[in-house]
Amino acid sequence: MEERGMNKRIQALRKLSVDTQPHIDLERAISETQTYQKYEGALSIPELRGQVLKDYFSTKTLYIGEGELIVGEKGDSPQASPTFPELCCHSVQDMHVMNDRELISFKVKDEDYETQEKVMIPYWEKRSIRNQILRQMTPEWKAAYECGIFTEFMEQRGPGHTVGSGKIYEKGFEDRKKDIEEAISKLDFLHDPEALDKKNELEGMKLACDAIMILGKRYAEYARELASKENNETRKQELLQIAANCDIVPAHKPETYWQAIQMYWFVHLGVTSELNPWDAYSPGRLDQHLNPFYEKDVKAGILDDEKALELLECLWVKFNNQPAPPKVGITLKESSTYTDFANLNTGGITPDGEDGVNNVSYLILDCMDEMKLLQPSSNVQISRKTPQRFLKRACEISRKGWGQPAFYNTEAIIQELMNAGKTLDDARLGGTSGCVETGAFGNEAYILTGYFNLPKIFELTLNNGYDKMANRQLGLQLGYAKDFKTYDELMDAYKKQVAYFIDIKVTGSNVIEKIYAEQMPVPFLSTITNDCISVGKDYNGGGARYNTKYLQGVGIGTITDCIAAIKYNVYEQKNFTMEELMQALDDNFEGHDRILNLVRNKTPKYGNDDEYADSIMREIFAFYKNQVTGRPNVLGGTYRINMLPTTCHVYFGDVMMASPNGRLAHKPVSEGISPEKGADTNGPTAVVKSCSKMDHLQTGGTLLNQKFTPSVVAGEEGLDQMANLIRTYFNMDGHHIQFNVIDRQTLIAAQQHPEDYKDLIVRVAGYSDHFRNLSKALQDEIIERTEQSFN
Amino acid sequence: MSYITSIQKYSIHDGDGIRTTVFFKGCPLSCKWCHNPETQKYQPELLFHSERCTGCGACIAACPSKAITLHNGQALQDFSACVSCGACVDVCNLNLREIVGKEYSVEELFKELKKDEMFYEQSGGGVTLSGGEVMTADMDFIESLCKKLKRYGISVTIDTCGQAPYHHYKQLLPYVDTFLYDIKTTDDILHKEYIGEDTTTILDNLKRLSKDGARIYIRIPVIKEVNGNEDAIRNIIRFLKDNSIQAAQVNLLPYHNTGSAKYARMGIPYPGENLSAPAKEEMEHFVTLFKDEGFSKVKIGG
Repeated sequence: MEERGMNKRIQALRKLSVDTQPHIDLERAISETQTYQKYEGALSIPELRGQVLKDYFSTKTLYIGEGELIVGEKGDSPQASPTFPELCCHSVQDMHVMNDRELISFKVKDEDYETQEKVMIPYWEKRSIRNQILRQMTPEWKAAYECGIFTEFMEQRGPGHTVGSGKIYEKGFEDRKKDIEEAISKLDFLHDPEALDKKNELEGMKLACDAIMILGKRYAEYARELASKENNETRKQELLQIAANCDIVPAHKPETYWQAIQMYWFVHLGVTSELNPWDAYSPGRLDQHLNPFYEKDVKAGILDDEKALELLECLWVKFNNQPAPPKVGITLKESSTYTDFANLNTGGITPDGEDGVNNVSYLILDCMDEMKLLQPSSNVQISRKTPQRFLKRACEISRKGWGQPAFYNTEAIIQELMNAGKTLDDARLGGTSGCVETGAFGNEAYILTGYFNLPKIFELTLNNGYDKMANRQLGLQLGYAKDFKTYDELMDAYKKQVAYFIDIKVTGSNVIEKIYAEQMPVPFLSTITNDCISVGKDYNGGGARYNTKYLQGVGIGTITDCIAAIKYNVYEQKNFTMEELMQALDDNFEGHDRILNLVRNKTPKYGNDDEYADSIMREIFAFYKNQVTGRPNVLGGTYRINMLPTTCHVYFGDVMMASPNGRLAHKPVSEGISPEKGADTNGPTAVVKSCSKMDHLQTGGTLLNQKFTPSVVAGEEGLDQMANLIRTYFNMDGHHIQFNVIDRQTLIAAQQHPEDYKDLIVRVAGYSDHFRNLSKALQDEIIERTEQSFN
Repeated sequence: MSYITSIQKYSIHDGDGIRTTVFFKGCPLSCKWCHNPETQKYQPELLFHSERCTGCGACIAACPSKAITLHNGQALQDFSACVSCGACVDVCNLNLREIVGKEYSVEELFKELKKDEMFYEQSGGGVTLSGGEVMTADMDFIESLCKKLKRYGISVTIDTCGQAPYHHYKQLLPYVDTFLYDIKTTDDILHKEYIGEDTTTILDNLKRLSKDGARIYIRIPVIKEVNGNEDAIRNIIRFLKDNSIQAAQVNLLPYHNTGSAKYARMGIPYPGENLSAPAKEEMEHFVTLFKDEGFSKVKIGG
């Protein structure tokens, strides 16, 4: 592995982070079980959850690694993965799978198998949220879920997508505790029937504040203890400074740049130890948050750019030290990665609407360039006001080929947020997290509910709602392909099926939300999310200022091309009949070269700036959006859509037979809003044009991948035009674009000789990953993505 | 009548900014290193990607000219007997055959070119008409296209080898922003040997174009065996200086053989087999030669 990092300290920390094998750490689960055994029934549920965090942080193993300047680990050491049996209790078999599997393995200590079997499973198996969810779901929901019509986010991880705001740095938890006490004192038990619920919630939040302050205090003491034993004077002083920092944060608001970063990290540990929410936790607009501290410290002469960068690099290592909690079953397939999707946005605009790029923004770019780590996923927000210098510096890093930073459109994000009812002030503080999901940072619970397989539903539509892969009747019985005499009849049937499955999905999600709201509150996260304290409600129970549920449409490229293929060849040109096409699909196109050639090579396709296909995309998108957007959710907000797949397009393709656009059985469907692989033959401007015909502003995020050969972005011209491509896409309201800059030969070589390409990182969906850690199917999918090159 | 072989979007080496390049079919020259051999003839032609042919024979049955036979389990194309009717294209289920050379109306072509308008505006790009040799295409067609592009504020660049009647240039001057003007060598004998014509028309047109105030980028394909030496480059520089050619930019384009695979698809041998590119240091030296003579914007590559 290559050595990276600005100095020896960072290189050593980075090396440890990258080389350490992830392992399972049961300390949290054991502590939690004891807390439950002691207090369950004696405390209200929010208080019990607060107590769980408090007990864990009071006893957990502390870790300060050699050379560290920012301290704190979620588990006992770097690359530890605590488990969360209250959500999903792993079976002993699961533990063996995690330990033994070749990719994304987590080592399990010998004694942990027994602990799991004797302690965890008896206590948690029936109580786990996953068990309760599956108990409540209808047969229709289960059938659709099992056959890959949609996935469910919250069967193994908690409601997530949480991003910190500047609020974190404005107050300490001592101050927050006072705010909570004040809120309790204002409760009106005489008139408010929910007063007791609110009190319980607020008491839970108080316990959570205690928890994080105890952790801070313990770290201060531990650092002092290490300092007393330290012979190296420089390190001794560092440890004493760490101790001094932990005396201040998290109990009080940070005073310095260093403390601000340590404060963020404590909060990160709090959120991700309390529960394992999807996408961990993210600092959001870190450059905006840190800049006041940076400027103050520089002025005071206690900070320079080198030190500021070093502390950022220490934080990067911390992010990278936390592998995503291991999953099992379908959820493993849909997201097979160690990456936990913490994401930060650099650039954009200020709360006042001015250009937000500052010195820290450039330091963050330098940091991501130097560190080249999978986590945190580092991205830039580009607004009309963003200086070209910043955009070009970001392009310069991006063209190195490993997928960071991705580019987000500030103006689009703001309009998306305002379109969803946020104020301009809240929208300007927002951004994107996870892969590309839009949210009002610090003010919103925007929860992903699951991926939705648009092409699979078309497959069912052609077969009277019957799933030939699973041999089950899943959809409505609206007739077979041959029964649809006109294109309109076919479209009509497809839309009915889509609506039917959205109903099933949303019905399930409403139940799941309710289960979380009642049984799995997150008091710690609630203390830092507006307006949970003032309304006395939990983040998982509607306490956030905005509550959005996202349903992620997958495969828009594939479904568009499928419908175009039938419209063009069956209904219009009459190149073949529906019966002939269905036979070809049944035969996976074997022996049907003529039909395969026609649908693959002689049919208009999405991604070429061709209205014939693009207008079909527009229609499907609008239908999907209208079906989902605006449905009320149980927390008082609404459902909305976004268009991203993570790695789910591989799984969704795997459950499908051959499709009318020439895609063979089991092959991945198109990812994000990108065209089907190989369908786009008119270059990147045509792709971007086609994609911009989707109404991005009606979504909560879309994902567009572009793969370039290195020659296309070489030289100053290459860089300038890459920047212009991004600007133009954003002028057309595109939400996000990201690049893989690598040639096919390199990827093929890396697939054949992974040992020679240990450092090769590629962009997958809204995140990057080591190529060697991807499944073969996903590797193939990336290799086959259309390569924009020069002829 | 003009035929177009391809419309290439996101062209970033054919003039300023992001451009769409239109390749017109037909060229009066025959450079041995030509990387677009399908643009040399003025009429549509068949391309056959023979490598993946399974010898199914469908094309043989479809061909009215009997220009295809089966040979070693694959279709063997007799290009001299082919009349480019396209009958074989439709029946090849492996999509190995295509007819290059498509007719467009000005309206159709304009519509396609206008699609990337926002990219042109953002990047200072536009449309580049290339080939083949666009200046030997149907000039009324080209003129009305250029006129229309100009009216809509889309910049037009002409990529030319210079071998065309000067009044064609004169005709387009009001609508064209930049000419990418190729010079290969000032040596008539070499020029004739490698390119098929002497330099008279080309150099003469360049003088007149410069005098008429056109904005010109001089583009020099640098091939070791032809002009990749100090003397040849100095001679070009001398010609430009002696004739006060105003070159807004000079591009030195090192030879590459990426077009060589296309020859096989047309059933002709690649005539540039023995050619090569100068070393990187030599290319950089040539840049210095230009700069020393007062040319300020000199680049390797387009």
